[in-house]
Amino acid sequence: MTAIGVETLGMTMRFGAFTALDNCSIKIAPGSFHALLGENGAGKSTLVKCMMGFYQATAGQMLVDGREARITDPKAAHARGLGMVYQHFTLVPSLTVAENLVISREDVPNVIDWRAERLELQAFMAGMPFQLPLDQPVRTLAAGEKQKLEILKQLYLGRRFLILDEPTSVLTPDEADEVLSHMRRLCQEGAISVLMITHKFREVTAYADEVSVLRRGKLVGGGKVADLSHDDMAALMMGDAQLARPADRSGTRGAPVLELDGIRAVDRTGLKDIEVDGLRVHAGEIVGVAGISGNGQSELMEILTGQRPCQSGEIRVNGRAYTASRTEAQSHNIRFLPEEPLFNACAPRMSVSDNIGFRSFDTDGGFWLSRRKMRARAETLVRQFKVKTTTIDAPISALSGGNVQRAVLARELSGEVDLLIISNPCFGLDFSAVSEIRARIMTARNEGAAVLIMSEDLDEIMELTDRVLVMSEGRVTYEATTAEADIASIGHHMGGHA
Amino acid sequence: MDTELGYSIIPLAILGGAIRVSTPFLFVSLGEALTERSGRINLGLEGTLVFGAMSGYAVAYLTNSPWLGVGAAMICGALFGLIHGVICSLPRVNDIAVGIAMMILGMGLAFYFGKPYVQPVAPDLPAIGFGWWSDIPQVRAALEVNVLFLIGAVLAVVLWWMLRSTRIGLILRVVGDSTDAARAMGLRPAVVRTCATAVGGAFAGVGGAYLSLYYPGSWNEGISSGQGLMAVALVIFARWNPLACFGAALLFGGAGALGPVLQSVGISEGYYLFFAAPYVLTLGVLIATSSPTRAMTGAPGELSITK
Ligand SMILES: Nc1ncnc2c1ncn2[C@@H]1O[C@H](COP(=O)(O)OP(=O)(O)OP(=O)(O)O)[C@@H](O)[C@H]1O
Ligand SMILES: [Mg+2]
Repeated sequence: MTAIGVETLGMTMRFGAFTALDNCSIKIAPGSFHALLGENGAGKSTLVKCMMGFYQATAGQMLVDGREARITDPKAAHARGLGMVYQHFTLVPSLTVAENLVISREDVPNVIDWRAERLELQAFMAGMPFQLPLDQPVRTLAAGEKQKLEILKQLYLGRRFLILDEPTSVLTPDEADEVLSHMRRLCQEGAISVLMITHKFREVTAYADEVSVLRRGKLVGGGKVADLSHDDMAALMMGDAQLARPADRSGTRGAPVLELDGIRAVDRTGLKDIEVDGLRVHAGEIVGVAGISGNGQSELMEILTGQRPCQSGEIRVNGRAYTASRTEAQSHNIRFLPEEPLFNACAPRMSVSDNIGFRSFDTDGGFWLSRRKMRARAETLVRQFKVKTTTIDAPISALSGGNVQRAVLARELSGEVDLLIISNPCFGLDFSAVSEIRARIMTARNEGAAVLIMSEDLDEIMELTDRVLVMSEGRVTYEATTAEADIASIGHHMGGHA
Repeated sequence: MDTELGYSIIPLAILGGAIRVSTPFLFVSLGEALTERSGRINLGLEGTLVFGAMSGYAVAYLTNSPWLGVGAAMICGALFGLIHGVICSLPRVNDIAVGIAMMILGMGLAFYFGKPYVQPVAPDLPAIGFGWWSDIPQVRAALEVNVLFLIGAVLAVVLWWMLRSTRIGLILRVVGDSTDAARAMGLRPAVVRTCATAVGGAFAGVGGAYLSLYYPGSWNEGISSGQGLMAVALVIFARWNPLACFGAALLFGGAGALGPVLQSVGISEGYYLFFAAPYVLTLGVLIATSSPTRAMTGAPGELSITK
């Protein structure tokens, strides 16, 4: 197995009148680790989907190992040794890890000898830097584990050119290092070439050899990573736009807004318990919940949004019992930004304008919907939050990952907010969007909102929060004010050894 | 009749009745399970069942061979499934609406072409007597098991194995669970679903042939009492698992046998209430297996009714 090189020549992709990708030519040498940078909606995913034959490019050519290759569909790409980990998961939820791996192979025998396959899979797993449970349905895996499985799957399939679309957004920094250093080793051994889309400069500097930067669908620069500083890359990505400055902390802590006592619920797999007791979030403070994905944070979020019932315990908001109904959320001004907002906070096939209207459609009209008002509100918010969309009538699922996030944030942060419950708010956002969103969260806090934020990004927690908790195995195992908290012991508690 | 023996025979009679009544349930539900596992729902199976009953009876009568009848019913069923599958592959077509149309079409065509076959008598499908050890005629009658039931039982096991351990089975599950994943894998979901619907239709056709060629064993317009539709509920109850479909079909068959059995042992009052047992069971099962908290485990992700 040897790495292959890939080159695009004048790749162009139009969706209707909108040009998502404009005459883009990049070259990835065999055995190199190439990073692709760009703001949300710059066209990164579009470029790689064209390379994989998932989209038919409007114009442009592909060279594989120096020779022209017509890649009409993903199957043709696979046949040439190209593989991709998509930004949205492509695993089959109800199949087990082993079944997902085996069925993705091109040469699956008609009758599968599970005993032999399992032995082979175990041997393959043993050579990997991380392990996954072969017999669990993928549905029950945490986001980080799914991402690892996606990458594992590509290696299992013996790809020689691997495209990774934001592979680390759901991984903790440690997990990301584990995965990427393995990739880098494979590149150095000449086994694969990697093209990785990312928003994290740290990863570019640490692992990539070369970098290309896209802006509004155009290739605006790139080169050897060694020759570029983070500021150079940022400047290339942003053009002449300005970065939002983080707001300063101000105001004083008020009365408790959210109180959780004796909460018990079962987790996603149905095998473990979630127990949260004595959690308080006060007005004018940001409380962060750190932890490795799959330790109960998403379940806690679901309990708060009413997606998961509690077996016992009590949630109070402003001192009154809270059952996560829409009326209560409205009267207490509670807003949510759950993880995977496209699935947890949107109706994917409805338009951007309808999705933005979800908080207000029933309160700012009478019996009839006021379409005009909804559209006007959507227009304003789309402009304010810089959501890149062709029109506000496009289905929200056609937006790029980061723009879905912005659209949902636009909806949730508008109007009066007393309690804001957020999960991984900057998942998949480019750095300028990140600083903008963090500034907005800080502003909400300064205006007296209570904010509970669950994040797998420890830097984010340390930057934003006033108080930090760590969740491990479904329980809160650590609590400290952020000023006094020390990263090492947070890390220990996250890992469960403390 | 000897009432002493009459009452003690009830459990056995119900078992025998369950086996007799369950066969069409079994075939339709296996077909429906297969179709639904691919991510489509075919409500037209009721029509396919009735058309299968008619075509099976007609061909068996004309050729004097019940097996040719079963074959004909199978082919007709596959055709109905194919039509459903192809129409549903067109963009913006709803499988439930098409299913209802196919159901009405199937029944209408069956009644139209079936008129001349209401009078004639076609040969029956063979049965195997498992009651040879007993001299009591009721026991013998109860243990007459039709060959199709045995084939259906084997089929359930084969399908279960197929979904687990064969390439086709896994592909079917992939397509049923996530169109995106299937596309990324280079599969063509519409083709897989159309094939699955056609095979499901063939199964339902066989179920229909059983109705007209064995039990009740004649062709008339009231031959089906909604088995095709109840099988849809049954598949949900069985959590899309072919083995569970077998158990569920027996349960529904037993419920269906309750009325006739009570009537045959001489209970003359209120037995007709038990004729409603399968319908009550359908409702009961759907309510009992529903849950506001658990997602339907096992439900194929692309199914329009559970999505
Ligand atoms: N199928 C589609 N139909 C219409 N417009 C699309 C479609 N796919 C992408 N776009 C548009 O093309 C642009 C580029 O999208 P793309 O997904 O490539 O962005 P990206 O660089 O990957 O961003 P992100 O970092 O947010 O993932 C976006 O403005 C998006 O709205
Ligand atoms: Mg993208």
